Amino acid sequence: MLRYILGRLLTFIPTFIGVTIVSFGFIRVLPGDPIIVMAGERGMDQERYNELMNQYGFNDPLLVQFWDYLTGVLQGDLGQSFVTKRPVWDEFFALFPATLELSICAIILAVMLGIPAGVIAAVNRGKFFDRALMSTALVGYSMPIFWWALLMIIVFSGTLGWTPVSGRIDLLYYFDNTTGFMLIDSLLSGQDGAFLSAVRHLILPSIVLATIPLAVIARQTRSAMLEVLSEDYIRTARAKGLRPIRINGLHALRNAMIPVITVIGLSVGTLLAGAILTETIFSWPGIGKWMVDSIYRRDYPVVQGGLLLIAVMVMVVNLTVDLLYGLINPKIRKR
Amino acid sequence: MSLLRIRNLSVDFATAGGAFRAVDKVDVDVAEGELMAIVGESGSGKSVSMLAAMGLLPWTATVTADEMSFDGTDLRRISGRQRRKLIGKEMSMIFQEPMSSLNPCFTVGFQIKEALRQHLDMDRKERHRRAVELLEMVGLPAPEKRLASFPHQLSGGMNQRVMIAMAIACKPRLLIADEPTTALDVTIQAQILDLLTDLQKETGMGLILITHDMGVVAETAERVCVHYAGQKVEDQKVEDLFTTPHHPYSAALLAALPERATERRLPTIPGVVPGQFDRPQGCLFSPRCKYANETCHKVEPPVQPDDLGRARCHYPLYSPLEKPAEEAHA
Ligand SMILES: Nc1ncnc2c1ncn2[C@@H]1O[C@H](COP(=O)(O)OP(=O)(O)OP(=O)(O)O)[C@@H](O)[C@H]1O
Ligand SMILES: [Mg+2]
Repeated sequence: MLRYILGRLLTFIPTFIGVTIVSFGFIRVLPGDPIIVMAGERGMDQERYNELMNQYGFNDPLLVQFWDYLTGVLQGDLGQSFVTKRPVWDEFFALFPATLELSICAIILAVMLGIPAGVIAAVNRGKFFDRALMSTALVGYSMPIFWWALLMIIVFSGTLGWTPVSGRIDLLYYFDNTTGFMLIDSLLSGQDGAFLSAVRHLILPSIVLATIPLAVIARQTRSAMLEVLSEDYIRTARAKGLRPIRINGLHALRNAMIPVITVIGLSVGTLLAGAILTETIFSWPGIGKWMVDSIYRRDYPVVQGGLLLIAVMVMVVNLTVDLLYGLINPKIRKR
Repeated sequence: MSLLRIRNLSVDFATAGGAFRAVDKVDVDVAEGELMAIVGESGSGKSVSMLAAMGLLPWTATVTADEMSFDGTDLRRISGRQRRKLIGKEMSMIFQEPMSSLNPCFTVGFQIKEALRQHLDMDRKERHRRAVELLEMVGLPAPEKRLASFPHQLSGGMNQRVMIAMAIACKPRLLIADEPTTALDVTIQAQILDLLTDLQKETGMGLILITHDMGVVAETAERVCVHYAGQKVEDQKVEDLFTTPHHPYSAALLAALPERATERRLPTIPGVVPGQFDRPQGCLFSPRCKYANETCHKVEPPVQPDDLGRARCHYPLYSPLEKPAEEAHA
């Protein structure tokens, strides 16, 4: 087991190098000059401009710049934001809990709804419920996120006035940032209604972010269940006189979960991509919004470092999923 | 008094090529303590007819029967809940493929104890004790350790023993063993058969043994039903069938036994079992029957009386009234 994990960690190295190259190259391919953006409306004279170019090393050859970046990364130094002058590392970890909170809520929502929906559809295959559910899933899957988000805002925040439009909590409340998770912090603060406010702010972004993974998980669960339900061991389970809920929910689902787990792992990548749009639309102060803002500001170190950290995150999640996979599928575990 | 009594059972499958009759007007009678064998070539509907009795066919199957009862309970009108009380407890079944019939995600112990938990009022400790006892009964070495194994860690023979342990866990009154040995190698086959017949003697349950091996029938069963293309073509005591088979198909099956061959080459039955699209008119066996005449090819044969083995044949062999077929046979 340990050897397996170490082996997997070794394969991280080429991926890691690839990601550093891409994140380094990506921001430089975009048109626009970070120094000019930094100067803003006031502008700056040529002398100061050259001085800054030298200071940030933009006059060096690209390879030298990349080498500086890479050696920094390997020493755990991702550089400082041009804008805030704070280390990228610190900014990331200040904002990450917000994204994590949103993503966790979204994935929980997607799993909690997607798996039962897929199971019920498979058990009632071909019937009305199955068809209705699967066409809904197809719509959900092909929905443009920003359009869907705006629609939700118009209906639930605008017309119905049930949920707030943006942010993580009402401005009324103020408390310490203990864990970075608003749901927990608001509870810890003990302020009346703070928790409820945090929940209300979470609802819409979570639904929007969960939509695509939910559709994918439901469809995958359904097809995996259909396959498993025709297996011989399901007939054996029926021959024991077990109740359908136990047969479908335990004997079949346990086997169907093997491919579904993979899909859940893969949707974490989609989730982070979706977070960028969702956070921007809902002004959610997480790393998605931070990345978008930094790209506009041509904040090179932030974009480079942020992309790198996101990629590492996805790699770690995928490894975790593989380990989980072994836990569920005993055939893999013992090898 | 039969334990399982079935009259005129037919099973149709809805397939892409239209309806397909896998079981055609079959009668079954098994008494408590009786060992009955069903023989027939592959595809003759042996498994499907028994799955119908258990209520385990997929939804594509349509089951019709004039009567289908277990110990007086009408299996046709039984509710799902009532059936779940019956199967796995009163009547249980061992399936053809031991490797794929156990759930790969759960330990053997879990799967055996699950059957106990479903039907018997036992606590955790008792279930464990009984599971160990069952594995001992079916002859698995180191039962305590085996309970923690997953099916893929066991051999086919061991898995089949586990399946048997699971099926007899709640002391059923009727056990249906569907080719319990075909997936196993020859040395294991004999062991499993001995195990089943011993268990049957010990517990006095009814046992239906499905097989396509006449040799197995000769060694184990009291009564035998011969199935052909979904129909039961003969139903006799084993000794009687071996001395006086009334249906030409049974006779041909017996002639194909190695120990009965008179020539150096084994006689085989020419042709194959008719499938969905080449079902003949009249007698289903007529295209392969060496005694068949015009009538056989045109008219569906009647079911002969008991003393003629309920043979589904116009001209049963060894018939006391008419001699032509028998003479031809001799
Ligand atoms: N689910 C199904 N859908 C359609 N046809 C089926 C289905 N199950 C069985 N059949 C058909 O029914 C016929 C009888 O099958 P069955 O499994 O009862 O044969 P068998 O006598 O048990 O043969 P074997 O010795 O190979 O087990 C076969 O022609 C088979 O193709
Ligand atoms: Mg069969």
